[in-house]
Amino acid sequence: MERLDRRLGALTATPMLVLLGLCFLAPLAVVAGFSVMPSKVFDLWHQPDFSAYAELLRQGYWKSLAWSLGMALASTLILLVLCWPLAYAMAKVYRRFTLILTIGVVMSLFVSENIRLFGWVLTLMKGGLIEGYLRHWTGTGFDGLLYNMPVIVFGLVYVYLPFMLFPLAQGISMVPDDARQAAADLGASRARILWEIDLPLAAPGIVVGCLLTFVLATGAVAESKLLGGQAVIVIADEVETAFTYGQDWPLGSALAMVLIAIVGAIAIVGVNRVDLDAIMGRRR
Amino acid sequence: MEPSRLSRAGLLLYGILTLGFLYLPLVAVGFASVSKARYLSFPIRRYDTGWYAEAMASDTVRDLLLISLKVAGLVTVISMIVGFFGALAFARYQWRFRGLFQKLILLPIFFPQTVLGLALLMWFNALGVVPSWHTAVVAHLVWISPIATLIIAIRAYSFDPTLEEAARDMGCSTLQILREITIPLLMPGVISAGLFAFLLSWGNFPLSLFTTGADSTLPEWLYAKMVAGYSPLVPTVGVLSVVASAVLLAVALLAPTLVRLWRRNAAD
Repeated sequence: MERLDRRLGALTATPMLVLLGLCFLAPLAVVAGFSVMPSKVFDLWHQPDFSAYAELLRQGYWKSLAWSLGMALASTLILLVLCWPLAYAMAKVYRRFTLILTIGVVMSLFVSENIRLFGWVLTLMKGGLIEGYLRHWTGTGFDGLLYNMPVIVFGLVYVYLPFMLFPLAQGISMVPDDARQAAADLGASRARILWEIDLPLAAPGIVVGCLLTFVLATGAVAESKLLGGQAVIVIADEVETAFTYGQDWPLGSALAMVLIAIVGAIAIVGVNRVDLDAIMGRRR
Repeated sequence: MEPSRLSRAGLLLYGILTLGFLYLPLVAVGFASVSKARYLSFPIRRYDTGWYAEAMASDTVRDLLLISLKVAGLVTVISMIVGFFGALAFARYQWRFRGLFQKLILLPIFFPQTVLGLALLMWFNALGVVPSWHTAVVAHLVWISPIATLIIAIRAYSFDPTLEEAARDMGCSTLQILREITIPLLMPGVISAGLFAFLLSWGNFPLSLFTTGADSTLPEWLYAKMVAGYSPLVPTVGVLSVVASAVLLAVALLAPTLVRLWRRNAAD
């Protein structure tokens, strides 16, 4: 039986491995290859040098990277605070409403991110849903809420809410009620229960939620383009510009490699700490 | 430790507000799509459904719909098949590189999609492939088939392996087991994975942006019109795209009930 299992495992993994090998790992190798090519070439048959990386340091691209990481961190922390009560309620308080909320949140994910962010543009712009009606009713308006840095963080919080909410709720549902009850009976305050029971026991969910949000928000670009009006240039935007307007594939590849290295390192460390079989509900 | 009535009510209100927050922008798009004015400004003074008639008659919109539909359809079928086998390797069989395989599958999901799209563009260029909607299918698959695998894997985890062993002891071949036991048991997971695949491909923008070449999908066209050369058709086409996925979702959710009703009537 075991030998058969081993053979079938390798066999059934083959289609996926072929797909990811040819269309995920190979393109990444090409990016890595281009990142060490001299400036502005379009094929890989040149003497490798590291001029693109040197250019990257000289041109101050670290600012965009710092903005991306900073805004991703801010939105992750905001989401953790915002989603905690909701995730707690989904796992322990709501009864039928958990299903309604789950379906509602998942369905919002199926609407193209563009359309949802465009909706926020219509809501927040001067003469938009909020400002327009405020002026209509009170006679005084304001300048609209778009095109600044905080609104980009707002957009990130909006778009990545489901990626924090669901792992958190899954994590909190793993906290046994008995442990909280026992702590309360022994006289622990609410804050103490949160700190010493809920947070440590729900840690796998917290780790997955924070990782997903942070990693996705670091690579996000639509929020800064549509809502932020490029008040802040994010790193993914710089990558895109280097490829399209700049026509400098090596520079774009070097920028992409930096982003990939950061995101990849965080993802790999995180994924290694979490037991996938346990989270996804293995029974055996 | 039972929460008080007050905190229960407060949490319920919080949940409802969250749903409102998630859907508010769509309400704004909906209102914008029925405004008569060419340059939108709230409050809307005159309502008109003229933009819908125009969108329906437009050849551009028809082409966009067709390409989005072709891409999403192919992505659905292929990711269901790849995901089905992938999920067996992910959850069911104990093989040597299972842990590594599980991690490899998660990487494309975490990966920044804009960068993935650009990497594929360079790869296609190196191979000498001219990008068109066919290459977009490949790009979508890299991101969507791992998600399909995870959805089917959840089902595969709750699957009792002794059923397969029993069939084998009775003399079934591996193919027979697949046909008679594994596929029927995993079918609900495969169908929901297909639904996710279609909807995610239908709405995807960052991967399509660099990989469709001269072709264009609905989200790409919407984005192009949002950032430059605004067209009053943007909210209208946006609403149409959302309605299309909502209809598909409703059909998929209602289908099992309808089939059951139909069967009961046929039996009577």
